[in-house]
Amino acid sequence: MKRGLSAPLRKWMAHVSVCEKCSYENSFPIDGGNYDNAGQVSGKIKTILKDMGIGNNVVRMVAVITYESEINIVSYARQGMIRLHVLPEHIEIEAVDEGPGISDIHLAMQQGWSTATDKIREMGFGAGMGLNNIRNFSDIFHISSDVGSGTRLKMIIHIQQEQNC
Amino acid sequence: MNLETIVQALQLDVKSGRDKLGVEVRGGYVGDLLSDVMANGREGDLWITRQIHQNIVAVASLKDLAGIILVRGAEPAADTLEKAVRENIPLLTSNLPAFVMAGRIYQMICPRNA
Repeated sequence: MKRGLSAPLRKWMAHVSVCEKCSYENSFPIDGGNYDNAGQVSGKIKTILKDMGIGNNVVRMVAVITYESEINIVSYARQGMIRLHVLPEHIEIEAVDEGPGISDIHLAMQQGWSTATDKIREMGFGAGMGLNNIRNFSDIFHISSDVGSGTRLKMIIHIQQEQNC
Repeated sequence: MNLETIVQALQLDVKSGRDKLGVEVRGGYVGDLLSDVMANGREGDLWITRQIHQNIVAVASLKDLAGIILVRGAEPAADTLEKAVRENIPLLTSNLPAFVMAGRIYQMICPRNA
């Protein structure tokens, strides 16, 4: 007797099929010092995630993380990039820059601590909140830096099951 | 309450996003630190600020804010207005100071608590 797929298998197949569409990876270059385009990469990433059907809460968390990362690269680095990797159960974001690096990461992570210039502060940035925002909106946050070389951030945001796909 | 009602009641000058005035205003946020607004602004908030440079449009767009009100006579920079038009973000201006603006809007959208 010919039998169809069992209900759990059909559900699993549907999940796999949908989530294959959810896999996505791309890198976005960012120029240091270019405030005119600041936020463009974050906007692109937001659109990509919305188009993939990722839930609004996760999209907004990622928006905060990518925007603050973007502003940090624009404000402090010569150039950098944000890498987005969407997987079925989580989103990975890496922000890598070529710049002066951070000599004391513990200090840099303190709310309110900043090396921002007056020009940066006049625009409402440089309040020493960016790295904290990135950490607070991430489920997993890692930062490493080499003075004179650059800084690398890696963030993971979990996608809740009901928001996935 | 939709944005149009607030625009009419407070006689705000609409610089961009006129076709989005039907959006529901759920709350508000006041601040000139962009990271503060990124962290604490919520979807549907009206953002009251004195910042006029184009990065405010990116923040409003990324956070799904209902709109931006520039207070105490502040006018958007030319590239800010261009960007707001391009991204269809309601950009509004008023001569009222931030404190008064926040109070008026609070009274309109949170009458039980006012």
